[in-house]
Amino acid sequence: MKPIGIARAVGSFAEDKDVAAQIREKHVLPAILGSGTVELDFTGVDLATQSFIHALIAQPLGVGGEPALERILFKGCSRPVRGIIETVVQYVLETEDGVAEETSEQSAAPNGGSADAPPHR
Amino acid sequence: MAACAAATKRQQGHQIKGQVADVASLPYLVRMKLFEFLGLDPPRRIVEHEEAGRFIPVTQVKGSGDLKRVISDLVPLLHTESHLADPIRYVISELVRNVIEHAQSECGSFLCAQCFRDQNRVSIGVADSGVGVFQSIHRSHAVRRPGDALCLALTPGISGTTPRIGGNQANAGAGLFFVKSIAKLSHNFLVLYSGNSMYKLLKTPAGQQTMLYAEPRSDRHKLLTDLPEWRGTVVGIDISVSEDKSFAVLLDIIRKAYSLDVKKRKRDYFKGIRFT
Repeated sequence: MKPIGIARAVGSFAEDKDVAAQIREKHVLPAILGSGTVELDFTGVDLATQSFIHALIAQPLGVGGEPALERILFKGCSRPVRGIIETVVQYVLETEDGVAEETSEQSAAPNGGSADAPPHR
Repeated sequence: MAACAAATKRQQGHQIKGQVADVASLPYLVRMKLFEFLGLDPPRRIVEHEEAGRFIPVTQVKGSGDLKRVISDLVPLLHTESHLADPIRYVISELVRNVIEHAQSECGSFLCAQCFRDQNRVSIGVADSGVGVFQSIHRSHAVRRPGDALCLALTPGISGTTPRIGGNQANAGAGLFFVKSIAKLSHNFLVLYSGNSMYKLLKTPAGQQTMLYAEPRSDRHKLLTDLPEWRGTVVGIDISVSEDKSFAVLLDIIRKAYSLDVKKRKRDYFKGIRFT
């Protein structure tokens, strides 16, 4: 398993979603669709956006579900990068799980369809 | 906004004409390079000082390459420490990528920033003359009024690219929610203006606990309608991150709020991630 160097592709700030999509299509998705494992090496990446990480792993997680987590290895993550990855993973799998399925009509309700959401800190 | 409007009109073949009054803020406007985009000469010359550490002048960003250059230049330009540079880079990336991907703005986006060092605060503005929030959201969601579209755009999980709550493979519909949360957690303002409507996140008073809500109407806010029409989208945000609260801590707080409905959360999926 050859690690995929994220810093080599995007530098210290991972924000280019086009590059994330390229890595997803070339490395992450084939591994999840097959029987392989992929190692994403974030060494040298100080910060990533939620959009970048979403573009990188949301579809593979959607396809493979929670078991896909066993086959994606995240290496060398700084604390902010780790926090963003945890956020995206939780959100994508929660959504895939149908925990909070809503319809478009509900979302367009005057309160945005989530007015009963509790405050979170 | 003025630079964006002028550049858009000039691109459409119009000319900007008129006389510029010698107002007190003229030196500032010249240094922010507003007149370069207006195509007008300022009424007098000013002595320009070094930019580093104070502001990012009005900058036009037309694509991904421009954005990368701006982001790599802005940290040395603002001469700021990492704890403040990270949220600035983050916010500018999310806002400008929104324009690149969704706005269809022919002249791209215009951004500028001002650093208030004594207050540890940075103000950032990004404007475009694209399709606007209403049209962008309306593609996939049954929304009737521009003000409702602004609120939906700020709600996590709502993207104009899909009716599916939670977004699709390319868009989570969370960029503006993160940006709003960054403003709120640092007790600051955020303004989202598009069409004839404006959502303004009001400051959480100092000393009061900041609570993050998925629903933007639950935040202290003003939603103004019947304003002068802005064909496109404008976002203004103030950020201040104290040295004792890193951006990573801020993101941890946002993560806990970034859920469609935490009450129904079944499992902590993130605990299954393999970090090495």
